[in-house]
Amino acid sequence: MSAHIPILAIAVPLLGGFAVPLLAKLHKGLRDAWALLVVLFVGACVGYVAVHVFTQGLWVYVLGARHPQETLAPGGFPIRIMLVVDGMSAFMGVIAGLLALVAFPFALRFLPEEEGKSLALTLGLLLLAGILGMAYTGDLFNFFVFLEVTSIAACALIGFRTWTSRAPEAAFKTMLLYSLSGLLFLLAVAFLYGEYGALNLAYLARELRGTFVDRLALGLFLAALLMKAAAAPVHFWAPDAYGEVPAAKALLLVVNTQVSLYGLWRVLFTLYGGLWDAGVGWLVVALGLLTMVVAAFMALVQTDLGRLVAYGAVSQIGYMMLGVGVGLVSLAGRPEYGLVALKGGVFHMLNDALTVGLLFLCVGAVEWTKGTRDLRELGGLGHGLPEVALCFLLAGLALAGLPPLNGFASKILIYQGSFRLSPILTAVAVLASILLLAVFARAFQGAFLGPKAEVPNRVPGVFLLSMAVLAVGLLVLGLVPGFFLEGVVTPAAEALWRGRALYLAAVLGG
Amino acid sequence: MIGNLPFVACMVLIALGFWTLLFKRNLVKLVIGVGLIESGVNLFLVALGYVRGGVPPIYTYAPAGAPMVLPTPQALTLTSIVIGLATTALMLAFAVVIYRHKGTLDARKIRELRG
Repeated sequence: MSAHIPILAIAVPLLGGFAVPLLAKLHKGLRDAWALLVVLFVGACVGYVAVHVFTQGLWVYVLGARHPQETLAPGGFPIRIMLVVDGMSAFMGVIAGLLALVAFPFALRFLPEEEGKSLALTLGLLLLAGILGMAYTGDLFNFFVFLEVTSIAACALIGFRTWTSRAPEAAFKTMLLYSLSGLLFLLAVAFLYGEYGALNLAYLARELRGTFVDRLALGLFLAALLMKAAAAPVHFWAPDAYGEVPAAKALLLVVNTQVSLYGLWRVLFTLYGGLWDAGVGWLVVALGLLTMVVAAFMALVQTDLGRLVAYGAVSQIGYMMLGVGVGLVSLAGRPEYGLVALKGGVFHMLNDALTVGLLFLCVGAVEWTKGTRDLRELGGLGHGLPEVALCFLLAGLALAGLPPLNGFASKILIYQGSFRLSPILTAVAVLASILLLAVFARAFQGAFLGPKAEVPNRVPGVFLLSMAVLAVGLLVLGLVPGFFLEGVVTPAAEALWRGRALYLAAVLGG
Repeated sequence: MIGNLPFVACMVLIALGFWTLLFKRNLVKLVIGVGLIESGVNLFLVALGYVRGGVPPIYTYAPAGAPMVLPTPQALTLTSIVIGLATTALMLAFAVVIYRHKGTLDARKIRELRG
């Protein structure tokens, strides 16, 4: 049984998601319990996989073979679909599992029954299955399929409130970008298939020679995955999407952008490991800087709390790109500071998930109590909702990278690494952080400070529980980052940095 | 030259699709543009798997020793067509909902979400 856990983490939410509307026909409480059970199961699975991978190394699971470790078909060719979980995949899976565990209890209380709660839960579980599939798969075409699963589920969630006029518009825009991204990815996969006749990531990584077609495919991969990860200059779908999706489900969209970035790291480090010139790294760095600065400036002028947080989320994507981009640039010369920046970028994925997740939960709580997110109408909520105010303040400061919160722990690594490459990079990154601090100070002041406002209904306990889990996470990761850096982040970063040979060996043998 | 014709056709399809996405403002036409790119990519995949003089890759029917066309790209294309159906249907559904709200499909006139 335990040998099949990686595939169960994907299959159970996929099938369990479709069971949700059926169970809703029987009893609403049964459906809620089922959805929670599925998410708990997924959480346990990704946790088990992560512990296994971090203690015993890569976990390869082959579908359709006589036993799950038979990677090569007779003839020595990896023909079957397989899941390959290394440190980075396991890390990504843990982020997805953690946010799902927080988001689903919140969503069960947040989504109104008459607004199609059952279907929203189904879509949420499908999105989770797609995200885990992207994180765990070791096959490029399989990655494309899961990419499209997440695209469809995410866009259906964004356009869920069809009775508002804004949600379908945001969903249409996002879907256009997502389908384009999926098609570019498929075209890149087709190029590689045409040249090497394989879809297995490890096999392609071994065969790749850096021809013109390979470079063309790399460009398409970059375009496709950056589009889906909401990097500038194709970030414009993200604020609309985050703004219109039910707040509890925005957490899953955050993981969705992250897992697209994960796909990019996988392509750059594992598939193309060492074949690119430093130009690709510099491109990632430049786009990262552009993303963080553009998003921070755009956040300054927002009047809708949801869109403001959304731009904050987009700017954090820029920090991850900066960290990993610096790692990419310096990988060619192999100086160790590249690893510091890479660790920072990887660590920032976890921190961003917690921080932005908490911010969206705060937005959801404000929307739940006041029925609006417009900063011009909000104010004085701090008297009635002190817990929400505290969480928003904590998360805002963490997003801006102030010590002793978790955002600081990863940003300092990114600053250290990028400073060695060029101080200008660090200066821009610090500037964007200062802008973000101003943004969140203004948002906090606008929503929570001021004369006491009436709070029509109390925040439910489960909201506070979800928020408390993330808030404790922010503090713990900020106060004792060393433990997580050693135990989780370093193996994940090493899997990208030096783990390529292990990855190939685990699949291809030898 | 004639062997390259499918590849020329898919490049034309993809280019047409991008042209539609860039210069058309009707939401349904945008969906058609995505559909064109998709057809181009699918054609590319199928054309990749073609082997000159190949027979369909069905073991029980193939004459002994005859070359078969590659089965994998066909499986990929089937999957990709199914996925394309889902995305197209979803986008058209959103276009319908937008039309009900705004009474127009012109992308310039429906823009509510800015900045």
